[in-house]
Amino acid sequence: MAAQAATPLKAKDFVSDQDVRWCPGCGDYSILKNVQRVMPDIGVPKEDVVFVSGIGCSSRFPLYMDTYGFHTIHGRAPAFATGIKAARPELSVWVVTGDGDGLSIGGNHLMHVLRRNLDVQILLFNNRVYGLTKGQYSPTSRVGMNTKSTPQGSIDHPIDPVSFALGAGATFVARAIDVDGPHLQEMLKRASAHPGTALIEILQNCPVYNDDEWVEVQERKSRAKTALVLEDGEPLVWGGPGERRGIAITDGVPSIIALGDDEDPTSKGVAVHDESHQSPSYAFALASLARPDFPVPIGVFRAVEKPSYERMLQDQVDAASVKAGPGDLHALLNSGDTWTVEA
Amino acid sequence: MSQTKKPVEEIDRVAIRFAGDSGDGMQLTGTKFTESTALAGNDLATFPDFPAEIRAPAGSLAGVSGFQVHFASEDIRTPADHPDVLVAMNPAALRTNLPDLRPGGMVIVNTDAFTTKNIAQAGYEEDPLPAARDSHRLVEIPLTSLNREALKDLKLGARETDRCKNFFALGIMFWLYNRPAESTERWLGGKFKGDVLEANLRVLKAGHAYGETTELFPVSFVVPRAKIQPGTYRNITGNTALAWGIVAAGQQLEQPIFLGAYPITPASDILHELARYRHFGIKTFQAEDEIAAACSAIGASFAGHLGICTTSGPGFILKQEALGLAVMTELPVVVVDVQRAGPSTGMPTKTEQADLLAAVYGRNSDSPIPVLAPSTPGDCFHTMIEAFQIAVRYMTPVVVLSDGYLANSSEPWLIPDVGALPRQTVDYATDPETFQPYSRDPETLARPWAVPGTPGLEHRLTGIESEDVTGNVSYIAENHEKMVALRSEKIARIANDLPPIETNGSASGELLVVGWGGTCGALTAAVNEARESGQDVSSIHIRHLNPFPSNLGDVLGSFKQVLVAELNQGQLWRMLRAEYLVPAESLAKVEGQPFKISEVRARIDQMLGGGAH
Repeated sequence: MAAQAATPLKAKDFVSDQDVRWCPGCGDYSILKNVQRVMPDIGVPKEDVVFVSGIGCSSRFPLYMDTYGFHTIHGRAPAFATGIKAARPELSVWVVTGDGDGLSIGGNHLMHVLRRNLDVQILLFNNRVYGLTKGQYSPTSRVGMNTKSTPQGSIDHPIDPVSFALGAGATFVARAIDVDGPHLQEMLKRASAHPGTALIEILQNCPVYNDDEWVEVQERKSRAKTALVLEDGEPLVWGGPGERRGIAITDGVPSIIALGDDEDPTSKGVAVHDESHQSPSYAFALASLARPDFPVPIGVFRAVEKPSYERMLQDQVDAASVKAGPGDLHALLNSGDTWTVEA
Repeated sequence: MSQTKKPVEEIDRVAIRFAGDSGDGMQLTGTKFTESTALAGNDLATFPDFPAEIRAPAGSLAGVSGFQVHFASEDIRTPADHPDVLVAMNPAALRTNLPDLRPGGMVIVNTDAFTTKNIAQAGYEEDPLPAARDSHRLVEIPLTSLNREALKDLKLGARETDRCKNFFALGIMFWLYNRPAESTERWLGGKFKGDVLEANLRVLKAGHAYGETTELFPVSFVVPRAKIQPGTYRNITGNTALAWGIVAAGQQLEQPIFLGAYPITPASDILHELARYRHFGIKTFQAEDEIAAACSAIGASFAGHLGICTTSGPGFILKQEALGLAVMTELPVVVVDVQRAGPSTGMPTKTEQADLLAAVYGRNSDSPIPVLAPSTPGDCFHTMIEAFQIAVRYMTPVVVLSDGYLANSSEPWLIPDVGALPRQTVDYATDPETFQPYSRDPETLARPWAVPGTPGLEHRLTGIESEDVTGNVSYIAENHEKMVALRSEKIARIANDLPPIETNGSASGELLVVGWGGTCGALTAAVNEARESGQDVSSIHIRHLNPFPSNLGDVLGSFKQVLVAELNQGQLWRMLRAEYLVPAESLAKVEGQPFKISEVRARIDQMLGGGAH
């Protein structure tokens, strides 16, 4: 983690002077506002903050943040972020990507940054469509989705970002909703505090090419019935009075248990959420929950600690300097066998 | 080891080629012979030539690995067109290498390997040794059995025992050319222990003793020390020199180095070498692919480090989009392409110079990048320092074109005085009052380097066209044209810093031979030989391929004929004709092999009207 800011900053300190150019009603506006609001709470001096992105609607994000920013090339933001963070471990590095940028063209880099556990935060905006190229299906689009490039419906099986991250050995995986500000801010703080790669899938609406994809969980009215809020140490329960239910997980397979309003969930076999479960298979089981049969889990799926890549790299540099002393170019050039020709 | 009692004959120069199966340890044998030769004070040049396959089937033609070393008491520039001595460990090695040997040269063979099966596997219809006895000076030694005999009382398996036979052969060659064995013995002591160490030391001595006692060798030879510039020397390959040049650049610019690399032949050794220098503050990152290697290096440059990536042709092409971003965002990063024979996978262990146009023009749109090429293994060191100086001074990516020949071949290298190496300070932007991401230095047109962590300089870089001065996203037509022009002009101005190109020979005349990169030794040697025989020919070797030195057009115009010699189908030739409208001719070779002096001389003879020698 980077140093704390000397003087308290405000959200507006993180607003750049550039006009925001997303479509009206885009979920990105809400995410941007919440990131700008939470940055003062996170407290890193803004000169130590770097936002890195690839290409796509979401990747314009760094241009609107008054921090250091690098809007790079399609899919490669994790690789740029690796160079930045490995070179300068003290910086707070954030990657902003989308379902196309992060999981299609950039799937390889996303996998490797996660397994290396570089201490960066990755915000993956998932709207299940390509926006900037005007509406083709993405790697998270549902089978059958009708788009310009799939006039007869998509025949690609989608990938789930949370499962992908867990499969790559991610040490922190969470999911949030673009319009649920307080929860999103909490997830951003948790991600920032996590000493390793922290990926947040943010369910984000594209009003132009895939409107209302997440409407069930976005609207406050239906959210209680459709979203399962994960809280560490709490049972997996959702639904309001009269509709209370819980999730049991048996041999890695989730099932729904109906609960009375006053019933103790654990005594009925409902699982208790454990972010730091020793096996990622528990989080995988949670990641398999999807509409319409199950609620959509929101919150931290998994949070475990492993040494971060840049820390171990810096440790090697420091240890080598202690062991061999500071590098001596003259000694290097004259190492091994040499001979002298006299004048 | 004691000096031989047989007569010693003094010779000026000799070229020896060690050839055997990929598993016979020929590269190691050649390297150890070379190190010993370097310590004996000769000038030398080497040419390792090996297959891409780690272990092709034993005894097959495809599996033959060779190492040629040329050493002399005078100044030499190439590993020699034709070896004088061939050490052939099996029939396949004899078959693939005998045609290169000079007529009547010496062939030392391991007769134990000339079994009916091996002879057939090499494609010979009958035992080739009788014919070789007539055509060459054939020295027949049962190396395998002599080696086994020497090691019979050690507890080594048959496999381990037989693996020592290359050092038996090395011992013989040490005797034959009166080379000191101490450096090899020292190396063995650091590498092995127990019976394996004992075995190798023993066969090295046994080989030496065999040379001294056998009647096969009536004399031994000595090549006196070369009369070369005084100073302290070491033997160095291009890849090692290049890696050390990167270390030196970090020291001389006082900036930490970040290397992003993905394993690829023949560049991987640079990654291996740099990974050992963490105590210089060097961070090496083995990326998931070539693209990530480039992107991570550019990210490190954005963060204020000296970013570099090292690769070869196929990887170089994968980096082009990232390089375009570095052009657009004007960040200092260096990309080394150790060129190999292509296209596609091509011949990974063979040399070529065919990525020049890709380096100069290989990105979408107008995206100029300075390009440099070292000319000798030792020159790789100095080229890397210069590449970083240009990158930082002009805030630009820089491409360095090495090649497979430079990478693996070695030469004695006058170790530079660290105090005399160029230094350069790097000035980051710090003043929030005056900072603009795309303001420009009036002399170089470089934009400021403002790195994260600097208060008040928060800014965003993007691959989208940026507005002049402010760096804000801009789609304004006039701004785009201006920025394209500024990026071009900035690179063109690098020529102001370049020394004028120097001509080897006369300032004007009948014929100018033009080359670049790793062909310098062969081209210079050919031109010098031709001049000594009275031909009116001179040469230049172009180090700066983009931009060209300012006087290049004048130099080209001072000769009646121009010949551009390169290991591709005429890429520099095209560039020079396009840039300077000179009616240059092309000497193109794409065999995966370096130029032979004789090939260049033949073309010189042809252009000068039929053979003055």
